Amino acid sequence: MKARQKRIALILGGLATLGVAAALVLNALNSNIALYVTPSEVAEGKAPKEKAFRVGGMVKEGSIRRDNLTVHFVVTDTAKDIPVAYTGILPDLFKEGKGAVVQGKLGSDGLFTATEVLAKHDENYMPPAAQHAVDQAQKAQKSLKP
Amino acid sequence: MSNGLINWFRYASPQSFYPLAGKMIPWFWALAALFTGVGLWISFFVAPTDAVQGEGYRIIFIHVPASWMSMFIYCVMAGWAAIGLALNTRLSGMMATALAPTGALMAFLSLWTGALWGKPMWGTWWVWDARLTSELILFFLYIGFIALQAAIDDPRRADKAGAILALVGVVNIPIIYFSVKWWNTLHQGASVSLNKSPSMAQTMLWGMLVMALAFWMYAIAIALMRARAIMLEREAHTEWVRSLPEVTGGSAR
Repeated sequence: MKARQKRIALILGGLATLGVAAALVLNALNSNIALYVTPSEVAEGKAPKEKAFRVGGMVKEGSIRRDNLTVHFVVTDTAKDIPVAYTGILPDLFKEGKGAVVQGKLGSDGLFTATEVLAKHDENYMPPAAQHAVDQAQKAQKSLKP
Repeated sequence: MSNGLINWFRYASPQSFYPLAGKMIPWFWALAALFTGVGLWISFFVAPTDAVQGEGYRIIFIHVPASWMSMFIYCVMAGWAAIGLALNTRLSGMMATALAPTGALMAFLSLWTGALWGKPMWGTWWVWDARLTSELILFFLYIGFIALQAAIDDPRRADKAGAILALVGVVNIPIIYFSVKWWNTLHQGASVSLNKSPSMAQTMLWGMLVMALAFWMYAIAIALMRARAIMLEREAHTEWVRSLPEVTGGSAR
């Protein structure tokens, strides 16, 4: 009985130590694990310079402008904006007001030239009729506010 | 109370667990077939089209149950491993070994269906975000567990080595689960969780839950079958295996 309790304690102790070690490592690597930075973080200078990185946020309403094969749009986290230019095929779910993650380099003029654009969708799934009702309700709420 | 305990320990020996598992397997197969039928019917014919993703979202009915199972089976496997290390029981090592291939299959299904889903919706098959990467590590943990056990001839030592690997890897499970909360990821957050109401239409949710049940039943049935095979193999020298009707019935040897 004594040996068995010792083994149980050893397993639990080992797991606890491992958990703490993993937490510390992940904490140290925090910024490397994140897939993208937000426009605010770019404004704070947290983005790598002269190197490719990813920016994630919402595609700003009314910002998509097509210029031949190049698409211009603005990625925003509502606080800060980043103008993006991208030449290539956009995913179907890429839409104004929806999430997107763009990979590329930030030019000295502040224009982000993307080499890859990914659409980020949310965890809500509903039939089109329900989506329509939600949109209507949101519009009504907006028009109520002055 | 004491009666209950005695019963549990009775079935902890391969000798008495073997016939019990044999009786349970057909039931789990039947339930798996039933739930798969109902689940697929809901998935394809009852659940509505999604407003954003159209019909493509229906892969969720395989993707999410497979992902849940891949994590859950690992926890069960690690649980058996811990019991085996602590109590030195024979059955626990066999159960852990029996669960590993099914867990690996689930992790693979999760990654594969995820890639198929990611291409049309996100625009990429794969991205190194925290959720996808940690699930890939889970798949490697399963493969590593299987390889490690296969590399050691003595089953008792193989069990022990595997158990330690399984326990070390368990730290990855909360990382997978919380990765979408802790870090910026391309993968969206959880649609179904314990602390909020599900963010999907009722019938979609039902389809997913019934499919999850089907995966559970399949996993239990196949793991029990594998466990029975492992028992026969490891205990081939014992009296109880030699006197089994299927052994004396004059097949091999």
